[in-house]
Amino acid sequence: MTGKTLSEKFLSEKSGTDAQAGEYVEAEVDTMLTHDVTGPLTFDVFEDVTAGDGPLAKPDRTVITIDHHAPADGVKAANNHNHVREFADEYGAVQYEVGDGICHQVLLEDGFAAPGDLVIGADSHSTTFGGVGAFGTGVGSTDLGTAFATSELWFRVPETLRFEVHGELPDGVYSKDLILKFIGDVGFDGCTYMTAEYGGSAIESMPVHERVVLSNMAIEMGGKAGLVEPDERVLEFLEAQTGKAYTIPDWLEADDDAEYADVHTYRAEELEPQVSKPSNPENSVPVSEVVGTDIDQLFVGTCTNGRYEDIRIVADIIEGEELAPGVRMVVVPASRTVYKQMLETGIMDTFVDAGAIVQSAGCGPCFGTHQGVLGDGDVSLATANRNFPGREGSMDSSVYLSSPATVGASALYGEITDPRTVELERYGDAVVEGVSS
Amino acid sequence: MNDPAQPGTAWVFGDDIDTDQIIPSRFLVSSDPAELGEHAFNDLRPEFPSGVEDGDFVVGGHNFGSGSSREHAPLSLVGTGVDGVVAQSFARIFFRNAINLGLPVLICPEAGQIADGDEISLDLDAGTVINHSTNESYDAESLPEFLQTLVDEGGLKSYTKRKISGEL
Ligand code: SF4
Repeated sequence: MTGKTLSEKFLSEKSGTDAQAGEYVEAEVDTMLTHDVTGPLTFDVFEDVTAGDGPLAKPDRTVITIDHHAPADGVKAANNHNHVREFADEYGAVQYEVGDGICHQVLLEDGFAAPGDLVIGADSHSTTFGGVGAFGTGVGSTDLGTAFATSELWFRVPETLRFEVHGELPDGVYSKDLILKFIGDVGFDGCTYMTAEYGGSAIESMPVHERVVLSNMAIEMGGKAGLVEPDERVLEFLEAQTGKAYTIPDWLEADDDAEYADVHTYRAEELEPQVSKPSNPENSVPVSEVVGTDIDQLFVGTCTNGRYEDIRIVADIIEGEELAPGVRMVVVPASRTVYKQMLETGIMDTFVDAGAIVQSAGCGPCFGTHQGVLGDGDVSLATANRNFPGREGSMDSSVYLSSPATVGASALYGEITDPRTVELERYGDAVVEGVSS
Repeated sequence: MNDPAQPGTAWVFGDDIDTDQIIPSRFLVSSDPAELGEHAFNDLRPEFPSGVEDGDFVVGGHNFGSGSSREHAPLSLVGTGVDGVVAQSFARIFFRNAINLGLPVLICPEAGQIADGDEISLDLDAGTVINHSTNESYDAESLPEFLQTLVDEGGLKSYTKRKISGEL
């Protein structure tokens, strides 16, 4: 018998069976997540299956955020927010308020996803948690509402597609560039029904804030999860933020003879900054192919690249400068903690002085409903994860996706600019290195 | 619903139809199927919400329902009264949401042969899609046993209710 992948290990452990790819199992879930958009439907399902009686199977691991339409952009959204508050209050779930931040970020910061956890979220970017060694996956509201009641859910045990990057990343190339490259290579549905597993020396040496970018965007190739095998760095990251000690369970290790659907191998030194052209993340090209494209709006934020270290890279580039004439920049920190770090380190001033708009923590225009949506003909360069038609507003707008460094460099010229033409930093995890949180 | 002898009109869409296109994000403030159905494919195909009739079908290419996890996408289609979705392949979360909701979803490699406006019907027992306009029939993949059980139990909600009550 062949060995097991990380995904097979996870689902064996959580289902108490000897799970192999392709099988269906019912597994015990550790953390459950929903937010102001998918929450109300989830609550309906939960109240239906429990006949309005409750209880939540794991109230202290049931987390509900208000981040997508936050602050409320209309009466219906405001009513949904109240629905979230009432539900959390009635059943004792953990609830985050408007301005606390994006669901995936607050879960990471507060230790709701740790090595060995099985995390489901009624949000497709729940793959993010793979960056700290949790099996995170997106589900629908019926899945989640029933799991609220039982803390169990059915899973098909996925095959695994492995991406390995060996060597040292060149200047200007970040994990965002890697994931855009992977998506471009395998296609938008290239990892459907499978887990993306990331390894190799370039990835092992990455700080946690960069690893989670790879996991976050696994869904943009159809991935069920995006896993990086956890190590000491993850434990340090979690301990620095939560003040609690974490361990890596013994079983959480892929076997040497595990079978992969395919392995894609890269040399780090050969990689370039990437940009995904409208209107699909798979339209990823080296930045040189789109240099000079005029930009109307720059967007720094989202669960992909709205962390302090991402925003810091942009601040370094535009420090003391003003945005190029004719461009606007929207900065949306991923969480209140990130917002505070921006204040404490003074980079808030950098943005305000440069002429950028800094908004309260949340999803911002990523979701296409508020806080900087695009009009007809507008072109955006965003640190986001999706650029589908109309994703950030008008069906006649277009969105290019890139790393924070590429966004920062482009801010100086008002057109897509190769980040390697400016001076760049690479940051470890700020929280580990002493920026207070 | 889904009487193989009772055809409905096929509304054909292409590859990589994502959930933002099925139900644009600005309409997600509602969870009501009928209200969501009034906006299904609103931006991509504005004539769809008013033109679609009970018993029609949505036909997609590859990777139908990609993107976000919003169950509002299959729910909006339930709200339009369509009797099912046929596609060459589906994105994972959309597929499981549709099964959980009891919306028939058929993986049919030959779905590309169906033209917009063709009259089609599904024979779920035989696992085929019948094209009444061209007198053709196409094979669809059958559901894995586990999912079939879930469907036979009446979907995930009734399955869970039985589990909670100790029946399962
Ligand atoms: S930031 Fe964008 S992708 Fe991330 S959870 Fe919010 S809306 Fe979704």
